[in-house]
Amino acid sequence: MKKTLRIFGLTASLVISFTLLACGQKAQSSGSNSNQPASAVADDQSASATQVKIDNFSFTPQTLTVAAGTTVTWTNHDDVPHNVVSTDKVFKSKTMDTDEKFSYTFTKAGTYSYFCSIHPRMTAAVVVK
Amino acid sequence: MADAKKDEILFNHNDDGIDRRGFLKCMAWAGTGALCVLQGGVLKSYSLGRPSEIPHGALKGELSFVQISDSHMGFNKPANPDVVATLQAAIDKINALPAPPAFLLHTGDISHLSKPEEFDNVDQLLKSASAKDVFFVPGEHDVLGDDGKQYLERYGKQAKGGGWYSFDKNGVHFIGLVNVLNLKAGGLGTLGKDQLEWMEDDVKHLSKSTPIVVFAHIPLWTVYPDWGWGTEDSAQALGYLKRFGSVTVLNGHIHQTMQKVEGNVTFHTAMSTAFPQPAPGSAPSPGPMKVPADQLRNVLGITDVNYIKGKHSLAIIDSTLHTADGA
Repeated sequence: MKKTLRIFGLTASLVISFTLLACGQKAQSSGSNSNQPASAVADDQSASATQVKIDNFSFTPQTLTVAAGTTVTWTNHDDVPHNVVSTDKVFKSKTMDTDEKFSYTFTKAGTYSYFCSIHPRMTAAVVVK
Repeated sequence: MADAKKDEILFNHNDDGIDRRGFLKCMAWAGTGALCVLQGGVLKSYSLGRPSEIPHGALKGELSFVQISDSHMGFNKPANPDVVATLQAAIDKINALPAPPAFLLHTGDISHLSKPEEFDNVDQLLKSASAKDVFFVPGEHDVLGDDGKQYLERYGKQAKGGGWYSFDKNGVHFIGLVNVLNLKAGGLGTLGKDQLEWMEDDVKHLSKSTPIVVFAHIPLWTVYPDWGWGTEDSAQALGYLKRFGSVTVLNGHIHQTMQKVEGNVTFHTAMSTAFPQPAPGSAPSPGPMKVPADQLRNVLGITDVNYIKGKHSLAIIDSTLHTADGA
């Protein structure tokens, strides 16, 4: 009984420190430009679900649904600069040239429409549940 | 690969006395870079590939100027890794014209990323142009990150609001408009209330026989809305110009020549000096279009504009950076 508890305690503390490590890395990159979060193993499975690709003058996926607390990362794969501007002024990136990134952490539920203010026909949204 | 871009020439045929033979001869020259000038109703054509053969004074219209556009200084992707060289080639082309143009109009996207060194580079290169006066309007690439503050400091000292202004040369009234600020999600280019009010007032007292030239970055007519190639409120601006006998609208942004004549208004868009873009709807997006290296200079170019008093439209001549000797 005691042994099991001890092992459990050890495992629990390992899991907690691992999670703290991952969270710490994530926190560094929220709301910042050109700063890819160092992906902890736990992130890989959900990596594609939190990424928006910018290419051919469009945002893909055009509607991204995420859970509150998620950090979304936009990457510009196009050969012209783009940016990400929330229509309700909630977030705004710097101008991103090719291969540059912008990340934002969505803490509140809601629908966040955004567009590229350089090429305003490019519109999309993040739905936060 | 697609056809090499040929020079295009736009004329008003209505009262110019050009006969079919003269017109066809002119068009035959077009592939090598031709200059066709209307003088006293007679069409004369000259090859830009051999400028020394053009007699001095042949180009004596009342006013000639050159439009360049979309230099995108700072762009360095495969579609053109050397935009400095192609801008220089455009300047060389200008300098080879039989008579120096009175000034240059740059219809925007001077820089690619609004970086100070990009603007500095363009200014430096333009110093070697035969025309010393250059009038600018900003493109969306010139107002990044600061809503155009740096652009205004550099080029908008005499301008109003976001950088609009007007001036007169040889009896022609020029209006520089800004349609790349305060763009709304899902929208096209925008002029805005303040600028429209200023423009209405600016032309109010001009006589209707004053030739008008309007220049702005994004086309002031709807070329292709899906790609943002149009201006939301341009109809209002053009409404103020309805009573004028000659209106020429010069734009950039789409990196290819396109023209439309509607009544007394001639719309024209210029080639870029940096990289071409696809024809409307012919590609997934309007981004830089790669062509084989030896074709690049066939799809970049300058626009020579000549105004001859008494003729109600301006002669607009596009020529590519390609030269007869392949330089």
